Amino acid sequence: MVDIHLDGVGHSYDGGRTWALRPMTRTLHAARAYALLGPSGCGKTTLLNIISGLLTPTVGRIWFGDREVTRVPTAARNIAQVFQFPVLYEGMSVYDNLAFPLRNRGWPKAEIDRRVRAVSHLLGLDSHLHRRSRRLDPGRQQIVSLGRGLVRSDVAAVLLDEPLTVVDPALRWTLRSTLKEIHRDTGHTLVYVTHDQTEALTFADEVMVLQDGDVVQSGEPTELFLSPAHEFVGHFIGSPGMNMIPADLVDGVVRVGDTPVGRAADTDGALPSGPVRIGVRPEFVRISAVPTAPGLPARVTAVDRMGAYHLVHAEIDGRRLSAKVDTGSRYAPGALEYFHFVPDRAFLFRDAIRCGTIAAQDGAERA
Amino acid sequence: MELILDRVQVRQRGDVWLHEVNLELRGGMTVLIGPTTAGKTTLMRVVAGLLPPTAGRVLVNGADVTATSVRKRSVAFVYQQFINYPSLSVYENIASPLRQAPGFASARIDRRVREIAEIMGIGALLGRRPAELSGGQQQRTAIARALARPVDVLLLDEPLANLDYKLREQLRSDLKSMFRDAPGVVLYSTSDPAEALMFAEPTVVLGEGRVQQVGDVADLYEQPPTLAVAATLSDPPLNRLPGVVREGRIECLGAAFPAAAARATSHDVTLGVRPHRVTVERTGPDDLAFPGEIRLAEMTGSDTFLHLLLPDRRHLVAQLSGTHRFTPGEPAVAYIDPAHIFVFDETGGRLGDPSAVEAEPHG
Repeated sequence: MVDIHLDGVGHSYDGGRTWALRPMTRTLHAARAYALLGPSGCGKTTLLNIISGLLTPTVGRIWFGDREVTRVPTAARNIAQVFQFPVLYEGMSVYDNLAFPLRNRGWPKAEIDRRVRAVSHLLGLDSHLHRRSRRLDPGRQQIVSLGRGLVRSDVAAVLLDEPLTVVDPALRWTLRSTLKEIHRDTGHTLVYVTHDQTEALTFADEVMVLQDGDVVQSGEPTELFLSPAHEFVGHFIGSPGMNMIPADLVDGVVRVGDTPVGRAADTDGALPSGPVRIGVRPEFVRISAVPTAPGLPARVTAVDRMGAYHLVHAEIDGRRLSAKVDTGSRYAPGALEYFHFVPDRAFLFRDAIRCGTIAAQDGAERA
Repeated sequence: MELILDRVQVRQRGDVWLHEVNLELRGGMTVLIGPTTAGKTTLMRVVAGLLPPTAGRVLVNGADVTATSVRKRSVAFVYQQFINYPSLSVYENIASPLRQAPGFASARIDRRVREIAEIMGIGALLGRRPAELSGGQQQRTAIARALARPVDVLLLDEPLANLDYKLREQLRSDLKSMFRDAPGVVLYSTSDPAEALMFAEPTVVLGEGRVQQVGDVADLYEQPPTLAVAATLSDPPLNRLPGVVREGRIECLGAAFPAAAARATSHDVTLGVRPHRVTVERTGPDDLAFPGEIRLAEMTGSDTFLHLLLPDRRHLVAQLSGTHRFTPGEPAVAYIDPAHIFVFDETGGRLGDPSAVEAEPHG
């Protein structure tokens, strides 16, 4: 297990006119689980392919520990890969498929058996070990592919490219937690590409959020959720994403239209007056029926009953916001309600970058 | 507009894909939800005329179309895998069904293509070829083509399943407003409960080739009539625990609570509890307590999913809001308010609520 070090690595598919992946320098640490998260076209698969060796970066160098692998082909990188769709020998039994990567490397028979059975047990494949792979449904074939990726304990890294996309949603829940447990037991370095935030957040030690070929923020899942540094992270993580409400900063006071909603705090130096956007997640918007300050009066436009919670949509002067509330609450379209923001959880953005938070107007400082 | 499936059956090589399905659909959107092998695609293929049923009839506005070929039916189909003509521009892709339809002069086609492309948010991409589009744009093109010609029946088979979830959120709300006043029948299939809840349209729950239930999706979520419905509409998956009814009480792994509407004789039941109804702090005196061992805690920022291993090796998942740190291997106790437990008998039917019908009242 080694660190993976990217040294100025970038890639362009059109001879340098545009970057699919902008040059970046960062280290993926051994034994950690990383998720590369972003919409299609953000560069996450390009980055994975550079790590796996399917792609030679246009610029920069890549190191596995102290070995430079920039031009080393995939087969010589000592990595395991799992793809979006099952890749296995359909004529072989599940057992032989799992054993294949180990036999290939001349592992002793008893050790192979031990390892295959351990992985099969963790993935719930025990009762299928002697079936031919082609007899399995596609979801289970994909689990076998996952098993093939995880069976070797001596790989430099396991790279997974949207591995759970073809799996049934209910099974996905089980597999995801199984994967996390396997990771805890084996200590593989995992790099996991996904566009599914729940998958990324629950699975990874660190999530790298990509947009237009750039890592806009990288951090622990809770950090990305609770304190997004970039509007895109606020939008992309969370369902629904962060409310982004156009506002004005006037002498340190944040105003939505004519309504002051708090003071700017945690700014890097004095923040000049001017337009800002308030970013606050629906989870951190509170509603009260009385105009307690600072409260933003907004008209309820719709209430979605989402089962485990209700989502209240509201509008003020064409600005829209939504709040997640519990299912016992009652809000009706057309009613005027007062919305306020949990102080540490409402942020100010300018040019998409976070530039402060909103503190209550009474002046109480918060950590 | 009215579409009726009358005792429709499909059997293939000895397997039953659809058991006697009876359905009545009207103009506007209906959501068809079920797990992957429920028969959603089979049902849609029968409606489209792509798969002749083994038995039963399909009626559109009272006319039997069971034997009518797909070409002569007024239907459009959008598949999970976006299908476009790769050599044609986006414009020509959308125009293609109109070019084959009688009575569409080219000026009218042009107007219609631009109108529908605008609604689908691809008005600026009309000159491109599908390969030059992102996945979301390709699927918008496929949907625009299906919408171009007014049809009696529009079928969308998990159209957003292959898109990234932010795009899914966006397209969902676009489609919702587009289909709100659709004159024809729009049948939309999904396996995602959040999608069905968000559409909030009449919903058909399909499972194992049978119609499990038809109704308002939020009502079905809150008061599921069967275990199959409760499971289909639960994401994260429903926790299931074994129970026994004995002398007016339900016993479950060492805990017990009063059973109001259970039969007098003792019998086995299955308890269903949604993860967000499981807590790690007692919420009231009647809470059932389940001691277990922490296997895993997954944190998303908004929620923590705590996986507990109970003494009988069963798993229980608690969805706790916010961030909570837990150490795998340590003991923990899960609490469940009996008011939030659904009790199902051996056949999967739900027994009358044990204590609190008003636990999740209807809005």
